[in-house]
Amino acid sequence: MRHLYTWSGILVVVFFSVVGDILIARAMKQVGDVHAIVKRSGVWTVVGRVLSNSNFFLGVTTMAVAFFSLLFALSWGDVSLVAPAAASLTFIGNAFAAKIFLHERVDRRRWIAALLVAGGVALLAG
Amino acid sequence: MIYVTFRKYLVLAGVTVFAAAGDSMLSHGMKQTGTISIHHLQGVILAILNPWVAVGIVLLLAFFASYMNALSWADLTYVLPATSLGYVLLALVAKFALHEQVSPMRWLGIALISGGVGFVAGGPALTAQHPDANSESPLLLKEARSGVPEHASAASTGAES
Repeated sequence: MRHLYTWSGILVVVFFSVVGDILIARAMKQVGDVHAIVKRSGVWTVVGRVLSNSNFFLGVTTMAVAFFSLLFALSWGDVSLVAPAAASLTFIGNAFAAKIFLHERVDRRRWIAALLVAGGVALLAG
Repeated sequence: MIYVTFRKYLVLAGVTVFAAAGDSMLSHGMKQTGTISIHHLQGVILAILNPWVAVGIVLLLAFFASYMNALSWADLTYVLPATSLGYVLLALVAKFALHEQVSPMRWLGIALISGGVGFVAGGPALTAQHPDANSESPLLLKEARSGVPEHASAASTGAES
């Protein structure tokens, strides 16, 4: 039963982390290439565009929720399981979500990269 | 393929270094301030007054700014693996600066992450269709697009790909 709680906690953290990353990534794609905009019309244009983007605020809020759910999950389960499992599954979740929601072309190269990094993070933090 | 300039590599390096440095400073500072309980939330304020925690927070803000910068010109599935070298950096700092023991399992983890970074870095940074990706006049397209409702622009991106 305790395992069930821990793993549901991990899945909640992963869910909110992935949603937060996707929203921020989408917001920045809507803002456009920051380097190009700064060169063209200055840094304040970038700041204005970011602060007027609703996906940015949703993303930051979701990431805050992910952070606090991680704190709760850490109080239920072992740090050595929760932290690496959440970090590692977030990489995999992001690859799926980026393909579906951001229409990124996640080819074999990127899948292998995501799986290697996820495995590495799990070993490193475990 | 989108050409990644030297300045953009600097941004990716910034994401990596700021995250690793910010996390370690925050962790160092929090060990000094001690446990914060949910019943004594004033402990959070005391924690922020700790210089390590304060510098850690500033570094994490710098991390977030460079992370958003990177996401403005590269895919999420490119930025995340490319900046995961921060984990490797942390392990190397632990080994050579703090003289901690790094187990064989951790070295294997470092090898896997480095391999993953190598894989993703050899490919294009941007694959998703969006106005700035391959247009001559991004500003015009961007302005035109900002008038289009979210679901409509999402549908048009889907049709292009």
